[in-house]
Amino acid sequence: MPQQLKSLLVVFAVFIGGLVAARHFLLPPTFGERGHYRAAAVVTIERLPVRYAGREACGVCHDEIASVHRNARHQTVACEVCHGPAVAHTESPTENKLPAPRERGYCPLCHGYDPSRPTGFPQIDPVAHNPLKPCITCHNPHQPEPPHVPGECSACHGEIARTKALSHHALLDCTQCHKTPLQHKIKPREVRPEKPLTREFCGGCHAQNARAPKNVPRINLETHGGRYVCWQCHYPHLPEAR
Amino acid sequence: MEEQKQPAREPLEEISDSRREFLTTCSLAAPLLLLSLRAAEVAAFAAGDTPYNPKEHYYGMGVDVDRCIGCGRCVDACKTENDVPREPFYFRTWVERYVVTPEGETLVDSPNGGMSGFPPTHSEKGILRTFFVPKLCNHCDNPPCVQVCPVGATFKTEDGVVLVDQEYCIGCRYCVQACPYGARFIDPRTRTAEKCTFCYHRLVRGLLPACVEVCPTGARVFGEIQQRSSPLVRFTRRHKIHTLKGHLNTKPKVYYANLDEEVR
Ligand code: HEC
Ligand code: HEC
Ligand code: HEC
Ligand code: HEC
Ligand code: HEC
Ligand code: HEC
Ligand code: HEC
Ligand code: HEC
Repeated sequence: MPQQLKSLLVVFAVFIGGLVAARHFLLPPTFGERGHYRAAAVVTIERLPVRYAGREACGVCHDEIASVHRNARHQTVACEVCHGPAVAHTESPTENKLPAPRERGYCPLCHGYDPSRPTGFPQIDPVAHNPLKPCITCHNPHQPEPPHVPGECSACHGEIARTKALSHHALLDCTQCHKTPLQHKIKPREVRPEKPLTREFCGGCHAQNARAPKNVPRINLETHGGRYVCWQCHYPHLPEAR
Repeated sequence: MEEQKQPAREPLEEISDSRREFLTTCSLAAPLLLLSLRAAEVAAFAAGDTPYNPKEHYYGMGVDVDRCIGCGRCVDACKTENDVPREPFYFRTWVERYVVTPEGETLVDSPNGGMSGFPPTHSEKGILRTFFVPKLCNHCDNPPCVQVCPVGATFKTEDGVVLVDQEYCIGCRYCVQACPYGARFIDPRTRTAEKCTFCYHRLVRGLLPACVEVCPTGARVFGEIQQRSSPLVRFTRRHKIHTLKGHLNTKPKVYYANLDEEVR
């Protein structure tokens, strides 16, 4: 082997060795353990302090409020939305007191009328809606049911009421077909009205021998529509639509 | 020739002696120094081992535009949880308001990122449609910000979260430029790149990101994207999903439901 090649090899060996050594020392430790990055950086981030305790944290000590809140219309609004980050409070409650947003300006942040908000979200005009008093004099912030329950079925069943109003059943009251407990208007999902269950129910007005005004059209209850219940063919709130 | 040079080399010899000594010391000390630093860092790393296993997770977020009421609680909570500077311009998540006029013009605003809510919506040119859109880092599966970082200080973790290594970031702003979603900024205090971490420090403790925690209407859904029964996967099944700037092939992992085509 020529001399110059030998010394070149030595130079290369030294160079490559130096490179490997430099790489070994210059690459940050933990680099490449989990991917093309310093795994220790992830650990640094993992150790950052937590400020929001999470939805489950409050019930341990405030079980009464938490159980009310769990079934209230504010159930999706976490405690810490209104009371602020609470990790410090859960660790030593008396030293780290949480604020409560009692002032009137707070609630319109969510409930002030704004056309950009999705339709159906309960909104009020903060200027006109019972001014002068804080919202919490009339609405419990943990269970903010509107204080008056609506009297009319149409307040909640608008679509059905409007349909029926234009139908041949327009003059029938909802309650003639749905016996409705008062509680339904307060807890609509838990307390439900009755619904007609049998052909005989409609037959009470529409059968040949029914005791009903003359103008009510009659059918033969035995044969008409076979054995099916009437509302498989007639929508009861718009019976002429078949 | 030789004899003539000798006297001239005497003083040189002395200097090079001490220099040689110095270099030897250095060459011995440097690896030792590096080794000791390394040992310290490795020790610190080992102590941080949590039962959390990133290989068991892969995260994404769903956003239901039809539920956002623009209250800005997410922006506020994000700043609190992550110690983001309070001034405007620094946001890890923010809310935009879109107003589409009858002429088809689209106006977008985001006063202070929506952190204090929005002033009432008003448009001189009339309103055809209007809605709020929460935004944040999309934690792309194919993140352009990671590709451009010259020092490898930003990266995608095994659980699919894009993070920044604060100690190695040199604040060059390449990633800020590269992000098509404007989701990064330079922290004025550390002069390093900052961004949404999906609240990684909460995830490893089994908590939800702060913005999801405080959203009052459930407009944000967080979870696993590779477990069929997760709330997020159910969310993506039930809604028609769009992602932002899908044509850039960034493969975003923030999934929008009921997104108007006007949103960019
Ligand atoms: C470890 C038990 C504990 C937990 C957990 C806890 N609290 Fe408390 N909280 C207390 C106690 C005790 C007080 C009464 C402190 C006092 O009056 O000195 C209190 C008081 C409060 C008050 C009233 C402060 C005032 O000035 O009247 C609020 C609001 C509150 N807690 C909210 C929360 C929220 C929200 C959470 C969940 C994130 C929570 N707490 C979790 C124990 C707890
Ligand atoms: C919509 C905002 C809101 C939410 C959500 C909310 N609070 Fe409150 N909370 C308030 C307000 C406002 C007050 C002050 C009530 C008052 O002074 O009459 C209050 C008062 C309290 C108090 C003081 C005790 C009292 O009755 O005066 C406690 C404790 C408390 N809240 C705990 C909770 C917990 C626990 C949750 C979650 C389960 C929660 N809050 C959710 C707004 C809220
Ligand atoms: C962070 C947003 C937020 C804040 C702040 C907030 N709410 Fe609500 N509120 C909601 C949500 C969400 C609902 C449930 C809406 C639904 O069922 O569609 C709700 C429901 C209500 C309802 C029931 C309306 C209805 O017709 O069912 C009332 C009343 C109410 N809130 C009053 C208040 C009051 C008073 C405050 C201030 C103490 C307040 N809210 C603060 C989000 C908020
Ligand atoms: C003097 C009592 C009173 C005060 C004060 C008051 N409200 Fe009401 N609020 C009512 C009553 C009564 C209703 C139900 C009837 C109605 O819609 O007006 C109601 C209804 C609501 C609803 C439901 C509207 C809907 O369309 O479902 C919301 C939301 C509401 N209030 C929020 C607030 C907020 C926010 C404040 C404070 C800015 C406030 N209220 C102050 C009495 C009050
Ligand atoms: C406060 C709002 C409210 C009022 C007022 C109200 N409802 Fe309802 N009603 C509801 C809700 C909510 C449901 C449940 C709908 C659901 O779960 O799909 C319901 C369900 C019903 C059902 C179906 C029950 C079932 O098992 O499917 C009937 C029938 C009904 N309401 C009749 C009435 C009648 C009749 C009135 C007037 C006397 C009335 N409601 C007043 C809210 C209301
Ligand atoms: C002629 C009798 C009749 C009248 C009047 C009537 N309903 Fe019904 N309603 C029915 C029957 C029958 C059903 C069951 C339909 C079914 O099961 O498919 C029903 C079902 C319902 C339901 C369940 C949801 C649905 O659409 O199936 C609601 C809510 C309801 N009615 C509300 C009302 C309200 C509110 C009124 C008054 C505006 C009203 N109904 C008037 C007969 C009636
Ligand atoms: C309280 C009596 C009463 C009950 C109960 C009743 N109806 Fe009727 N029904 C009427 C009256 C009144 C008319 C309309 C007469 C008219 O057009 O002037 C009518 C009309 C009809 C019509 C005829 C529409 C047309 O095309 O002319 C149908 C179909 C009908 N009802 C179906 C039903 C069904 C189905 C039920 C059971 C869910 C029912 N009705 C229960 C009183 C009743
Ligand atoms: C299989 C479907 C079917 C069922 C079930 C059914 N109907 Fe009908 N109904 C019809 C059809 C179709 C017509 C219109 C043709 C006709 O007059 O026979 C009609 C017509 C009517 C009329 C109007 C008659 C007139 O002279 O204008 C009444 C009233 C009526 N039905 C009541 C009922 C009642 C009450 C029941 C339940 C006992 C019922 N229907 C069940 C299909 C049905």
